[in-house]
Amino acid sequence: MSTAPSTAHDHTHTAGPDLLYSEVEDELRASVRALLADHCAWPTVLARVETDEPYDVGLWRRLAAEVGVAGLAVPEAEGGAGASWREVAVVAEELGRAVAPVPFLGSAVLSTVALLAVGDSALVGDLASGTRTAALAVPLSTAPDAAFPGGVRVEPGEVLTGAVTSVADVLPADVLLVPALGEAGPALYAVDRAAEGVTLTGVSSLDLTRRLADVTLRAAPGRLLASGTAARDALRGALHTGAALLASEQLGLAEQALATTVDYLRTRHQFGRPVGSFQALKHRLADLWVGITQARAVARYAVGTVADGDPDAGVAVAVAQSFVSELAVLATEEMVQLHGGVGFTWEHPAHLYLKRAKADAIALGSADHHRASLAGLIDLPGVPAVR
Amino acid sequence: MSTEAHQAPPPSADELRQRVRDLLATHDPATTERVEFLRARFDAGLAWVHFPVGLGGLGLPRVSQEVVDAELAAAGAPDNNPRRIGIGLGMAAPTILRYGTSEQQARFLRPLWTGEEVWCQLFSEPGAGSDLAALGTRAVRDGDDWVVTGQKVWTSMAHEARWAILVARTDPDVPKHQGITYFVLDMTAPGVQVRPLRQLTGEAEFNEVFLDGVRVPDSQRLGAVGEGWRVAQTTLMNERVSIGGMAEPREAGIIGLAARTWREHPELRTPGLHERLLRLWVDAEAARLTKEWLRQRLAAGQPGPEGSAAKFAFARLNQQISGFELDLLGEQALRYPDWTMRRPTQVDMLGGSPGFRYLRAKGNSIEGGTSEILRNIIAERVLGLPTEPRIDKDVPWKDLPK
Repeated sequence: MSTAPSTAHDHTHTAGPDLLYSEVEDELRASVRALLADHCAWPTVLARVETDEPYDVGLWRRLAAEVGVAGLAVPEAEGGAGASWREVAVVAEELGRAVAPVPFLGSAVLSTVALLAVGDSALVGDLASGTRTAALAVPLSTAPDAAFPGGVRVEPGEVLTGAVTSVADVLPADVLLVPALGEAGPALYAVDRAAEGVTLTGVSSLDLTRRLADVTLRAAPGRLLASGTAARDALRGALHTGAALLASEQLGLAEQALATTVDYLRTRHQFGRPVGSFQALKHRLADLWVGITQARAVARYAVGTVADGDPDAGVAVAVAQSFVSELAVLATEEMVQLHGGVGFTWEHPAHLYLKRAKADAIALGSADHHRASLAGLIDLPGVPAVR
Repeated sequence: MSTEAHQAPPPSADELRQRVRDLLATHDPATTERVEFLRARFDAGLAWVHFPVGLGGLGLPRVSQEVVDAELAAAGAPDNNPRRIGIGLGMAAPTILRYGTSEQQARFLRPLWTGEEVWCQLFSEPGAGSDLAALGTRAVRDGDDWVVTGQKVWTSMAHEARWAILVARTDPDVPKHQGITYFVLDMTAPGVQVRPLRQLTGEAEFNEVFLDGVRVPDSQRLGAVGEGWRVAQTTLMNERVSIGGMAEPREAGIIGLAARTWREHPELRTPGLHERLLRLWVDAEAARLTKEWLRQRLAAGQPGPEGSAAKFAFARLNQQISGFELDLLGEQALRYPDWTMRRPTQVDMLGGSPGFRYLRAKGNSIEGGTSEILRNIIAERVLGLPTEPRIDKDVPWKDLPK
C-alpha cells in the first residue's frame, strides 16, 4: 500500500478532502469483508457474547496478519503499512457492519494514536502486527475535550494507584495506556496487564460486542511514556482521532441495519403483499437512506480532515459525532421496529446492532456534548448564564 | 441523437484556458454588448463544454466547465443569468439534445443558452400533479399540425417565455403512459393564455396556462408520437440533478442568515433555540458535504442516485431553518413587509424577508416532485422495494376515473 492517500480522482478544484473511496480502499474493504464473512457471521458473534471470552482474539490476529488492519496508519518504518486514517476508516465501517468483537478501537486506533504521538516505536510495531494489543485506560464515554482524568495517581517509585471504570477493549489487552496525575501534572504510562497490582473486573455491558471492564491499580509498576503537555496532547489526539473513526464504524452499523431491514421487508408477506410495498414503511426506509447518504459524506469528511491534518478537523469531528451518532441509533431502532416481533428476540441480530449503536452514541462524547463543543468552534455562543 | 463526430483529442486545461483567452481577445467584455459576447461564447464552444461541438460545447466532461467559468469570471465577463433561464438550461436543453432533430437543436439551443429566448414547462395540470401521466391536455393531428387544447398549471416564467416544453395526450385509447407525446410550443401562438397564479407568499411566481386550439407544427415534436413519457423522464431526471460545478462554502445557504441573526442579536437567544440552531447547523453542514460528495462523484464520472436525496434534504432543511428564523426574531416576525401581488422574474430563495422565506420554503417539498413521491422513488428505484399495487397501469386513459 502506498504512503500517499491514494485516489484516482482529480480534485484540483475541490475545497477540502476527497470524500470518495479510492480503488485501493475498495480492495481493502473487499478483503476485510470476505474474512469477516468467513469468520464473523452474526450467529458466531451472538454465540460468543455470553461466554467467558467475549472478544475474538483469534479473529483479530487473523485480520492483522492476513489483511494488516492493525497497522494501516502506522508508518512503514515502525512496522505498519504507511497508509492513512482514511483506509483505517474503511476497516472501521466493515467491523461495524459485522459488529465484530475485536479490540480495533482500543488498540488499533486509540492506543496507536497515543503511542505514535509519544514515539514508542517498539510497542506501536507490536500493535501493528497484531501480536499484542493495548487499551487506553479511560472510560469509553470520555470526550476529546474532557479534562485530563484524575483517577490514577503516580506514587513514589513510578508506581500507579487508582481506578478507571468502563474501559473498552481492555479485557484482551496485553498493555494498558494509563493517564495518571503525578507531582509534575499529567502523565501517560504503559502498564503491563500481567503486572503486580493490576486488576480487571469485567462489566456487564450494554454493548455485548464491545465488553467493558473496570481497572484497579494498586502500586502497579508503570513505564513513563510522556508527561505534561505531551501526555495531555497524546490523550486528546487519541480521543479526537478515535471520535472520527468511530463515526465510520457507526456508518457501517447504519448501513447494515438498513440493508438487513430492506431484505426482510422485500420477502416478508402480510395482507397478501410484501410488507415492503406499503408506503408507510417505504417512506421510513427512504428517510433512513437519505440520512445514511449524508452520514457517509460527513464521516468521510471527518476522517479526511484528520488524515490530512486539516485545521477544520475539530469542526468536522464534532459534526460527525453529532450527526452520525443519532443516525446510527435511529437506523438500528428502525431495524428492530420494522422487523416486528422477530426483531425483538434474542435470536435475531438486531439487538446486537441496537446495543452497539446506542453505546457508540455515548462513546467518546455524546452527540449533545459534541454540539456544545461545536458552538464554540463556529461562533454560535449560547445564552449567558445570567439573563 | 445527432452529434457532430469529435475526432481530435480533448483539449487540456491549458488549451481550454487559451480558448477562453482567444474569445476575450476578440470580444472584450468591457466593450462588447452582452448578447454579442454570449453568442460568441456559445459559438466558441465555451457555453456548456459537455455539449457537442457546434451546439455550444466541445464534447468535454462536465467538470471542465469549472476551468472556463473561473477564467471568464476573473475577466469580468457577463454570464447568461442562469437563475432567469433555469428551465431552459436545466430541463429543455438536455431534452432537446437527447431527442431533438439536428434542425431543432440548431434552432433552439443558442438563443436558449444566451437567454434571448426564455423557456417554460407545461407539464402539471389541475388533475395531474404527482400522477403526471394522467394528464388530459389533448393534441389532435390536423394536417401538418397538432391542435392542442387543455389547461396547465404551476408554470413559472410563462409570462416571460417564448417557448414551452409540453406533454399532451395524443391517444386516449391506450393506458396512460403510452398515449403521451412531447412538443415544443410557441408561447406567442394564438390560443395561448397566461394567467398569474397567486401563491401563499402573496406573489405570483407561477402561472396557469390555458391552451385553446393552439396549432403546433409537427416539426416541433420531440421524439416519436406516443413516446412522450419516456422523453419527459429525461427532463425530470435533469430537474433533480442540477448540482452546481463549484464546491459550496459553509453557511452559504439560509443557515448563514440564521447564524448571522444569532450572532448579531444576543438578546434573542434562549437555550431551546440554541439547541435547535446547533442541530440545524449540523444538518446544513451534512447537506453541504453530501452535495460535495455528489459533486465529486459527478466529476469522477460516477453519477449516483444521491441527487434525489439532496433535493429532498434541501426542502426539509429550508423549511426547518426558515421556521427557526421566525421563532428567533419574535416580535419582528409578526410583521410581513408586503402582500401586494407581484410577478418576480427570477426565483430567489434567500432574498426577501424572513417571513417570505418561511412561506416560500413550503413550496420546496412540493415543486419538482413532492417529498412523498421522492420517497417512493428512493424506496423503489434505489432500495428495490416492491411497488404499491397499481390499478391504473393497463386501463385505457379514457376509462380512468377523473
